[in-house]
Amino acid sequence: MPKEIDRDQVQQLLDRGAQLVEVLPADEYEEDHLVGAINLPLRRLDKEAVDTLDRTRPVIVYCWDTA
Amino acid sequence: MSSRAAWRLETLGFSEVYDYVAGKLDWMAAGRPTEGTNAARPRAGEVSRKDVPTARLEERLGDVRERVLAVGWRAVVVTNDERVVLGLLRAKELDKDPDLPIEQAMRPGPSTFRPYVAIKEMAEFMTGHQLDSSPVTTSDGRLVGLLLQEDAIRTAGEQA
Repeated sequence: MPKEIDRDQVQQLLDRGAQLVEVLPADEYEEDHLVGAINLPLRRLDKEAVDTLDRTRPVIVYCWDTA
Repeated sequence: MSSRAAWRLETLGFSEVYDYVAGKLDWMAAGRPTEGTNAARPRAGEVSRKDVPTARLEERLGDVRERVLAVGWRAVVVTNDERVVLGLLRAKELDKDPDLPIEQAMRPGPSTFRPYVAIKEMAEFMTGHQLDSSPVTTSDGRLVGLLLQEDAIRTAGEQA
């Protein structure tokens, strides 16, 4: 079950080598994204897309806000 | 949206998935760094003056005025121990009775702006609302700096 985390926990996980994934559309990602994040829009989240991620490391997903 | 993505990743074989529910808005509002095409454009946080004087509620106005005028300022942000913005003293407030405590002299609850707001937008807003200065704070109210209208207009002009 995915765990909800806050900003400080994001930083702690990044320090541990977590991967950051922005799930917003590409144009929004290109304007601004967290440093080091990759873009995997929700609609494109399939087996091929996630091959770019390492399954042995934590993954943090985020969008714009809680909506 | 991130919640659905997190669940989807689990179905795709990821065992350690976290959902940063407050998202990019929260990150940027806290003044944390970002990358992208907008990152190169000046924003309120970076243009704001970090050396703005601060004062405490219990200080005496006359003492604060003397201290800040000596370093060339005509504005003071009132904060608590956590640097949370409680009030603002501009020239009008600084000219009040010097024996007043800051708590009675200040303008309480001033409008604040987040660090990620584009400087062009800030320049237009401050001009339109005749704001000489505006505190820039994180989403939890902590002071980042004081944005001066003249700085916002000049920086926006340099970007035009």
